Amino acid sequence: MSAKASNPLSILKTHLRAATAAAALLLATGAQAADLNALIWCDHADPALLQPFEEANGVKVNVKEFEGTGAGLAIVEQSQPGDWDVMVIDSIDVPRGVEKGLFEPLPEDKLPLADLFAQVKMDGSTVVGGKRYGITEKFGYNTIGYNKTKVDPADMQSMAALTGDKYKGKVAIYDYYLPVIGMAALAIGKKTADLTEADLPALKDELLKMKANAKLVGEVTASQTALATGEVDILVGGGEWVTAGLAKENPALDFSIPKEGAILWSQSLAMFKDSKNKDMALKFIQYIMSPEGQARLATSSCYWGMPANTKAALTDDQKKVLRFDEQPGFLARAQAYPAPNADLDKKMQDMWTEMLQAK
Amino acid sequence: MSTSANNGHARALPWALVTPALGWTLLFFVLPFIAMGFSSLTAHEGGGFTASNYSQFFTNPSYWQAMVNSLEVTAIVTVISVLLAYPFAWILAEQVPERWQRLALMLAVLPFWTSYVVRSYSWLLVLAQNGVINRALTGSGLISEPLQLANTRFATVTGFVHFFVMLLTLTIFANLKQLSPSYRKAAADLGAGPVRTFLDVVLPLTLPGIMVGAFLTFVLCIGDYITPQILGGNNELLMPQLVMMQIGRRGDFPLASALSIILMAVVTIAYLACARWLKIERA
Repeated sequence: MSAKASNPLSILKTHLRAATAAAALLLATGAQAADLNALIWCDHADPALLQPFEEANGVKVNVKEFEGTGAGLAIVEQSQPGDWDVMVIDSIDVPRGVEKGLFEPLPEDKLPLADLFAQVKMDGSTVVGGKRYGITEKFGYNTIGYNKTKVDPADMQSMAALTGDKYKGKVAIYDYYLPVIGMAALAIGKKTADLTEADLPALKDELLKMKANAKLVGEVTASQTALATGEVDILVGGGEWVTAGLAKENPALDFSIPKEGAILWSQSLAMFKDSKNKDMALKFIQYIMSPEGQARLATSSCYWGMPANTKAALTDDQKKVLRFDEQPGFLARAQAYPAPNADLDKKMQDMWTEMLQAK
Repeated sequence: MSTSANNGHARALPWALVTPALGWTLLFFVLPFIAMGFSSLTAHEGGGFTASNYSQFFTNPSYWQAMVNSLEVTAIVTVISVLLAYPFAWILAEQVPERWQRLALMLAVLPFWTSYVVRSYSWLLVLAQNGVINRALTGSGLISEPLQLANTRFATVTGFVHFFVMLLTLTIFANLKQLSPSYRKAAADLGAGPVRTFLDVVLPLTLPGIMVGAFLTFVLCIGDYITPQILGGNNELLMPQLVMMQIGRRGDFPLASALSIILMAVVTIAYLACARWLKIERA
C-alpha cells in the first residue's frame, strides 16, 4: 500500500468523493447499470438528439453537463471507475484524459473517419501513441461575431477593428482565455502553435487594448445575449456558435474570418476505459458521427456548430446558416487553439485575470 | 425507576437531542472543510505539500484586487440595504395597520419567489442599453445617449440590494415588532419628541437586529457568484468569480480551495467583530 493511500485523510477524502459522486449520479440522473452515462456539453442534452438513439437502442442516456475540461475531469476523478461511458471533451484536451489513463482506444475501422473534414481530425491531439482516443464531432471558429446592420462588414475583415476607436464600447469579449488569447496572437502576427512565455507581454498589451474597447467580458449566455439584444455590436471570440442558432430570430447576426485568421475550436467524443457498457458507448459514438446524428448535433438547441462529418444530413437552409460551403476556405485560414503546457497555461490564465481586473 | 437511572437519562437526553445537529454539522461542514483545507495545501501539479496556493493570493495583485473588490461591493451593498430596509420595515411595523401588515410583508418578499438567476437576468434587461430605464430617460429627453448601467458595478450593487433589502426588512421588522410600545410611551412621558424617541430609544434597541441582518447580508453577498457574474459583465472580478475561474478549464482545486478558505477567514473575522459588538451591547 502506498504512503498516500495509507494516509487517513486520503482515505477519508477518497471515500467522501466516491460517496458524493455516487449520490450525485443517482440523484442527477436516476442511473441504472444498463443505461449509458455520458459526461457532456449542453449541446448533447437536446432531446431531439438523444431520443432517436434511445428509441432505436432501447437504452436511456443519462447525461451530466459540465463546462471546462478541468471541471469534467474533476467529476470523473470523484466518481467510481465505470460510472461513466462517454465524454465530450475539447479535442486539444484529449491527451489530458489519456495521460490520466481514462480513455479507451477507439476502433478506427468502425468510425467514419474518411468522411470528416481533413483539417478537423486533429490527429495531433486525438491520436496518442498511435492509438485514436477521440473523434472530432463538431467544430467552429472563435472569430468576430457581429451585427451587420450596426457595423460595416468590411471593417470586420481585420482584427484592427477590435482595438480601434470606431467601435469603442460596442464590443463584448467571450470569457474564455485560450481562444481569445489565440485571437490576440493572430492580431500580432503570431502562430498559436508557437506561443511561448516570451510572447505574453505582447499578448497582454493586445488583450488590454481589446478590454479598453469592451463593454463586457461574458460567458456563452451573457455574450450571446449582449449581441442579440443590441447591448454590443461585436463579439470577440464569437462565431457560428453564437450567430447560427439565432439566425431565424435575428438574421442580422453574422461572423467573419478576418484576414489574420480565426481560432478553430473542436470538440471530441471519447470512451472511458472503465465503461461497463462499451458496446453501447461505441454505438452512441457511431450514432453521433452518423449523418443524421451530426445534423442533429450541429443544430442543437443549446448552440449550433459545424458537423465534423462532411456528409451530415443538414438541410440547405441549415447549411447556408452554417456557411457549410465556405468551410474549405475558412479552415485553410484557421489555426488551432493554443495548447500550452501546464505552466504556460497557468500564466495565460493569470494574464487573463489581470485583463479582467484592468479598469 | 431509581434516582441514578433518572439522572442518567436526564444527562443523555440533551446529547440525544443534539446528536442529529452535530452529525449534520460534522458530515456537511467539518469533514468537507477538512478536505478543503487538505486540498488547499496540495500542489496542483504533481501533488505534495505546498503553501504556494496561499502565497499566490498575497503576491498576485489581480487576486488581491478581487478581495478588495469583494469587500468594497459588499460594504456598499450592506450600507445601502440597511438604509433602505430600515425605513421600509419601520413603515410596515408602525404605519401600516395590523390587519394589512401580513399582506404588505408578503408583497415585500414577493421577489423571493422568483429564481435568483431569473431575477438577475431580469435586472440585466431593465438596465440594458435598450432597457426600461434608458428608454424612459432618452424618451423623456433627459439624456441623449443611453447610460451604461448594465455590466457595471452599479448593476451588481443594484441586483444585490434588491435581494438584500427584502432580507433585512424581514429581520428589522421582526425586531421592531418585538419592541414594547411602553418604551416609546415612557420616552414621550419624559418629554421626548418623535425624532428624539426614535434616535435615543427605538434605534439603539433595534441595533442588534440591524447588526444580525447586516451580517447576514455581508456573508451572503461576499460569497455570491451569480449576481456579479450576470450583472457585472466581468469588468472586475470578485472573489467567488476568481474561485470559479480556477476550476473551469484547469481544474485547479487546490488554488480554488485556498482562495475559498481565505474568503471564509474574512467572513469569520466579520462574524467575530459582529459577535463582539453584540456582546458589548448586551453588557
